[in-house]
Amino acid sequence: MSDQTNQQKNTNVERRELIKSLATVPVFGLFLVNLWRKMRRDSLMKSNLLSDLVQEKSAPAIISSLSDSRHLNIGIIGYGGRGSHLIRGAGFATKGWTDTVSENARKNKLDKQFKTYMTQEDLNCTLVGVCDLFDVRAEQAIDASKNEVRSGGKPKATAKRYRHYTELLANDDIDAVIVATPDHWHSRITIDAAKAGKHVYCEKGLTRTFDEAIKVYDTVKKTGITFQLGHQNRQVEANEKAKQIIKQGLLGKINLVELATNRNSPWGAWVWGIHPEGNEKTIDWKTFQEPAPNKIPFGEEALRRFFRWRCWFDYGTGLSGDLLSHDFDALNQIMDIGIPKYASSSGGIYYYKDGRDVPDVWNATFEYPDKDLTVLYSATLSSNDPRGNRIMGHDATMQMGGQSGGGSVHGFIVTADSESTQYKERIQDGIINTKYPIYTYSPGSKQIDGVTSATSKYFANKGLLYTYREGKRVDPTHLHVKDWLDSIRSGGQPKCNIEVALHEAVACHMATESYFKGRRMEWDPVKQRII
Amino acid sequence: MNYSRYQLISLTVLRVLVGWHFLYEGISKLINPYWSSAAYLLDSKWLLSGLATTIVSNPTLLGLSDYVNMWGLTLVGAALLLGLFSRYGALTGMVFVLLYYLFAPPLLGLEYGRPGEGSYLIVNKNLIEACALWVLYSFPTSHIIGLDRFCVKPESN
Repeated sequence: MSDQTNQQKNTNVERRELIKSLATVPVFGLFLVNLWRKMRRDSLMKSNLLSDLVQEKSAPAIISSLSDSRHLNIGIIGYGGRGSHLIRGAGFATKGWTDTVSENARKNKLDKQFKTYMTQEDLNCTLVGVCDLFDVRAEQAIDASKNEVRSGGKPKATAKRYRHYTELLANDDIDAVIVATPDHWHSRITIDAAKAGKHVYCEKGLTRTFDEAIKVYDTVKKTGITFQLGHQNRQVEANEKAKQIIKQGLLGKINLVELATNRNSPWGAWVWGIHPEGNEKTIDWKTFQEPAPNKIPFGEEALRRFFRWRCWFDYGTGLSGDLLSHDFDALNQIMDIGIPKYASSSGGIYYYKDGRDVPDVWNATFEYPDKDLTVLYSATLSSNDPRGNRIMGHDATMQMGGQSGGGSVHGFIVTADSESTQYKERIQDGIINTKYPIYTYSPGSKQIDGVTSATSKYFANKGLLYTYREGKRVDPTHLHVKDWLDSIRSGGQPKCNIEVALHEAVACHMATESYFKGRRMEWDPVKQRII
Repeated sequence: MNYSRYQLISLTVLRVLVGWHFLYEGISKLINPYWSSAAYLLDSKWLLSGLATTIVSNPTLLGLSDYVNMWGLTLVGAALLLGLFSRYGALTGMVFVLLYYLFAPPLLGLEYGRPGEGSYLIVNKNLIEACALWVLYSFPTSHIIGLDRFCVKPESN
């Protein structure tokens, strides 16, 4: 009896022991059940969302290469800030630049600029000719041509300086030229280069006036040269992905697009530094202002105009040619909108009362009645508010760049509309939450980069500083130059060819004309003129 | 250590809840192919910000940091929840959350880029959770309720 009791006691103790040991295991089981339910729900929502919405699998673009097939000699006309970037894209950076960025990379491990440059592909070209009206910059370009710190092969020549672009064009060894002068020189140089049989990469905006744009278009078509306009956004993968998404009808009918420029620094407002060595002897001022409608003698004002030319309509078109042109071209790339039927614009010089004549706050409206579409552009140079660009559809909105939900949007997000027809059932079923994106494209989200200045961030957000190919950071400017050189070799058309260049030019000139005339401008596609 | 019934229950509930939190933090990172500790580290301020930059700028170190975080949180969570080696779990967990605290402490004058989910002045939830784990380390319960009971010699009544 006592044995039995003891045995029972022992069994009870063992059972109690076991219960105490395993007491929290059911909680673990509860955790696993809930985890499984959550994962199942998430995967169901994801498959419901993505299976019929995003049909094409997103294979990253692969860079094909034609660089080995034919060596090309190139020339640069205008080696300023943009010209030097383009020449770096071709593979030639000054010693000063490579020293600075390698030092930056050493100090800040997150700064990838040097690495990006050093790993860019060798484009099998040589910089043989340089033309700049400022001696210091011409010398810098020559320095870039012979700098041995570069990716790929070593330089094959030291570039020769030409005082006038016509002398550079007369060199039969030069196959192609990059035109990165102020806008008032674009048309004349491009037309002369095309007539001399040189292929042309021309910076945006295409020209200073509408008439010049038509002349450039006609000449490029007639001569058959390979022409690329400098909208490097054409190489940005996010824009291609956005195009795919819109083509699939993810946004539904789109009636309104908002494009925005926000900058808030003197540099962003083109108050660029006046070089201490800039004077009457080092600058060919007479040639600089030759095609400008208003001419002034050399002096303090001339120096300001030479180094900050974007502030005057004599040399460019301000916000229109500099920044609207980029956003307009990106939208044209994404939605194939072409030339608008109507354009109107207004603005003023409200912040930078520094003698400039281009507006620093400026809005433009473009109407596409045949596409049931309005495109709004608004720009300010006195606020850094990160608005981003928004493509608004009946079913969803795509936000590109800017900020959302407290964080920066790199690439773009698509958020369903609460009154959407296409997603009505999914919204009701709780599969789609209109507060959160249904599609996010965030290139290089696991990649880290130290982009520092506000203006750099502006360009990075718009995808103009870098893009990703097969997970590797690439400078779109390099890809854009490469696209042009490859097209010369293959005889194909580059991504920002003369056809799409004309769309950008006409749209921007319509808006600029409207600002001057104070009325709505209309495009006559038959007579190819603005009325 | 002798606990009253209520002390034992409250300490065990605390252990299970902290364990649950760690476990899900770990697993949610394991199943998200895009998760990386980089965003947190990039926003690091104060004493350890230099170390954070070193980790983020070195792909090997960043990969290691991601790996240690994902698996560390998961294992600590499971240890606390099941009561298996849970004193080691509590100690390791405490180191984890203290590091999270030190990489981004809510001190006066430090501004963070990411949006916060609460209002903190010097003390935040990481510090409190580290403290909770200190309590769990000091007052272990897994040898009474938990798988650790299998490993310890039963007390003779």
